[in-house]
Amino acid sequence: MCGIVGLHLRNPDLYSRLGELLTGMLCEMEDRGADSAGVAVYGNEAWSPAGRGTVSLVDAADAPEAVAAALSAASGVDVAVTAVDNVLLLSAEIDSESLLAAARSVYPDVLVGGFGEDLAVLKGVGAPKALAEGWGLPDAHGWQGVGHTRMATESAVTASGAHPYAVGPGECLVHNGSFSNHASIRRDLEAAGIAFDSENDTEVGARFVAHELAGGKGVDEALSDLTRTFDGFYTLLVSNRDSFAVVRDAIACKPAVIAETDDWVAMASEYRALAHLPGVESARIWEPEPEVIYHWTRTDATQEVSA
Amino acid sequence: MTVTFDLSTTTLREVNQALHAPDLAGDFVITHLAGSHNVAVGLDAPVKVTIRGHVGYFAAGMNQQAEVTIDGNAGQGVAENMMSGIVHVTGDASQSAGATGRGGLLVIDGNAGARCGISMKGIDIVVGGDVGHMSAFMAQRGRLVVRGDAGDALGDSIYEARIYLRGTAKSLGADCVEKEMREEHLTELAGLLKAAGYEDDDPAAYKRYGSARTLYHFTHDNEY
Repeated sequence: MCGIVGLHLRNPDLYSRLGELLTGMLCEMEDRGADSAGVAVYGNEAWSPAGRGTVSLVDAADAPEAVAAALSAASGVDVAVTAVDNVLLLSAEIDSESLLAAARSVYPDVLVGGFGEDLAVLKGVGAPKALAEGWGLPDAHGWQGVGHTRMATESAVTASGAHPYAVGPGECLVHNGSFSNHASIRRDLEAAGIAFDSENDTEVGARFVAHELAGGKGVDEALSDLTRTFDGFYTLLVSNRDSFAVVRDAIACKPAVIAETDDWVAMASEYRALAHLPGVESARIWEPEPEVIYHWTRTDATQEVSA
Repeated sequence: MTVTFDLSTTTLREVNQALHAPDLAGDFVITHLAGSHNVAVGLDAPVKVTIRGHVGYFAAGMNQQAEVTIDGNAGQGVAENMMSGIVHVTGDASQSAGATGRGGLLVIDGNAGARCGISMKGIDIVVGGDVGHMSAFMAQRGRLVVRGDAGDALGDSIYEARIYLRGTAKSLGADCVEKEMREEHLTELAGLLKAAGYEDDDPAAYKRYGSARTLYHFTHDNEY
């Protein structure tokens, strides 16, 4: 098993409650996976100040002041570092990819949790409730958040094996299930020059989607290609700075529930993770169909596309 | 007298244990479900249980005798392995509704997800809306009535269960074929619709599906 949750807020009045609501969703899914967890939060000023590139470093050994000094020197701009429990959030007035390049040059062995504008990715080994408390997740603001509780089945319990996999700018992918042909796809991606952080099957899915998006494809097209390329079981939640998408494999044995109101769109592995959301009693609630891509953006109406 | 259990103040284990008391009688209501799993499982008494809200997995599983109403949606495996009694879901049901059921009646007013009635062995299932893919997969006995449409591979590898479908199936599974609707089937279907509260439906608007029985024995034609 594993648990997936995601919340895409439409009503700005709820932005101040994103962390509180996401914490409730994540912790309810602790039964589905308690060995590690992670979240991606879009729009929390305290973690990812607007107008600055942000990079997450997971379980870095150096103190925040030392990291700030080293990265300011490497990048030539002032890099701010915020410690959020086991994660250091770097931000600077440069794009996140330039900041990422500086971080990788100085700390080549430190795990990058994610990078982007307005995006903070936190993940680690441990029980979801303890991790969420350590991060102060309930106090986070923002317009969108996703989370994952992991029960490892095919690779080690390490921070690099924890989701989300946020391997493209502002992008984030969480997965419940297992890909069966990930090794051969990994070889193809490695041949195309793509580096991996872990032996995890989900990372292959995330790198595949990031590679497609970097090549100019849209989310719908990238996920449609994923359904034709990947074999195995999956429910995926794929977020970007401005979008939120769900897709399941053809067998659809891994659970997924979507709920939608005028104020928000939420997705979770099980309904109980949604039961505390405001207005859920009048939400439209359904299970996503196999191989249909459900896609919401901050500007447009809902899209449903057959893969 | 009606006994009410509030799951926000009483543990699920206490509720289920109370519903397993010897010589149980009366009416029961369960509130504040918040999507809990395993609600009202293993009942074996002629009681009425009303569940007010959405439930998680396996609600009313293994039911015997009891009449359970779920006033909301049900997660996967609702009424799985039911032996007798009635389970009525007023909303939608997730995958594997009524899986392996041996008897009793499961009514789902909304839609059912994938694999509805998988490996059913005598249960009757009436679905007000649509059913998902692979419904009645390896169904052995009992009746599945679908008032809406069916997803891909309806009745795949079916044995002797009977499927009545008013809408259309996206595709039929291996060895599942349309069969003649004879008088006895119209009568049987009318009885099922009446029991489920859909007596106004015209049984003649339905088609019957079942096993072509070509998978019963090995033949070299089954190779692929």
